[in-house]
Amino acid sequence: MIVRINNPFAALEDLSRRRFLAGSTSALLSAGTVALLAGRPALAAEHGKKKGGDAQSDVRILNTALGAELEAIAAYSVGAGSGLLQKPILDVAVQFQGQHKEHADVLTQTIRKLGGTPVEAKSKYEFPTDKLKTQNDVLNFAAGLERGAVSAYLGAVPLFHDRDLAKAAASILGDEAMHWAILRQVLGENPVPAAFVS
Amino acid sequence: MRPLCAAAALLALAVQVSIAVAAPAPGDPARGEVIYGRCLACHALAYNRTGPKHCGLFGRRAGSVPGFAYSPAMVKSKIIWNARTLDRFLANPARMVPGTAMTYAGIPNPQERADLIAWLRQATASPTECPK
Repeated sequence: MIVRINNPFAALEDLSRRRFLAGSTSALLSAGTVALLAGRPALAAEHGKKKGGDAQSDVRILNTALGAELEAIAAYSVGAGSGLLQKPILDVAVQFQGQHKEHADVLTQTIRKLGGTPVEAKSKYEFPTDKLKTQNDVLNFAAGLERGAVSAYLGAVPLFHDRDLAKAAASILGDEAMHWAILRQVLGENPVPAAFVS
Repeated sequence: MRPLCAAAALLALAVQVSIAVAAPAPGDPARGEVIYGRCLACHALAYNRTGPKHCGLFGRRAGSVPGFAYSPAMVKSKIIWNARTLDRFLANPARMVPGTAMTYAGIPNPQERADLIAWLRQATASPTECPK
């Protein structure tokens, strides 16, 4: 039985209650932290500054990921609209695009929840459309993006200050790794060429 | 040899040996091209994406590709990209440029960085990949 996985960022639903909001003037302390730091305003200020910085850093990571997801959505639109993809591969590509949309939606919501401003899709993206002549060209292009996305999330996971965000990013990484493996399979390549990704 | 001199000589030898062991071999562009696959979620040679294009990278001032919206941190960094600065940046982007939008932990392996830089040096100056 296949069970649909819930929003990987759901653990962050109470984010605003347990951590500080981004922004230099809007840092909020949890009740416990306030109690801990009561009577020590200098330490409290320093703590708030650090936590605000942590949230800003996490927002920056999420926004970079969101920018890449929005570009991936556009890239799949180019592929799906090229007329080069045949069913059932076209259906799979559209499904992958839908999952990138889900990633983008949840990243957008999380950035807002953290007090940040999510990046928006560009009005125009550049893609090597002159090099996309066959179905395999499109699939190779998509595989390259997915392979890069796996590495990008892998490189982002250890940077998060909030471990729940790191976990959620790893969840997306797993999905993109599956995309990459399936595209490699369709291309006739070893779908899982190594025990580790980098 | 007095004990102090002997210790100093041994220390110098140890440093030399560790440098010899740690120094990566000259970069291999073929391996570097494979490593560049890790960058493809955000970068391309010839056009701006989530990250800036790489054509013309060597000798370019960081944050200076026209039409790309850099982080303020990168614009202010005053870095000129060459093998040395790329090696430092790729090892840990956020340590070299705190606030960079390249939110990537980095490539800790010196040999992999050398390989990637060797490939970037070739590819970013290639008339095929990067026509003027």
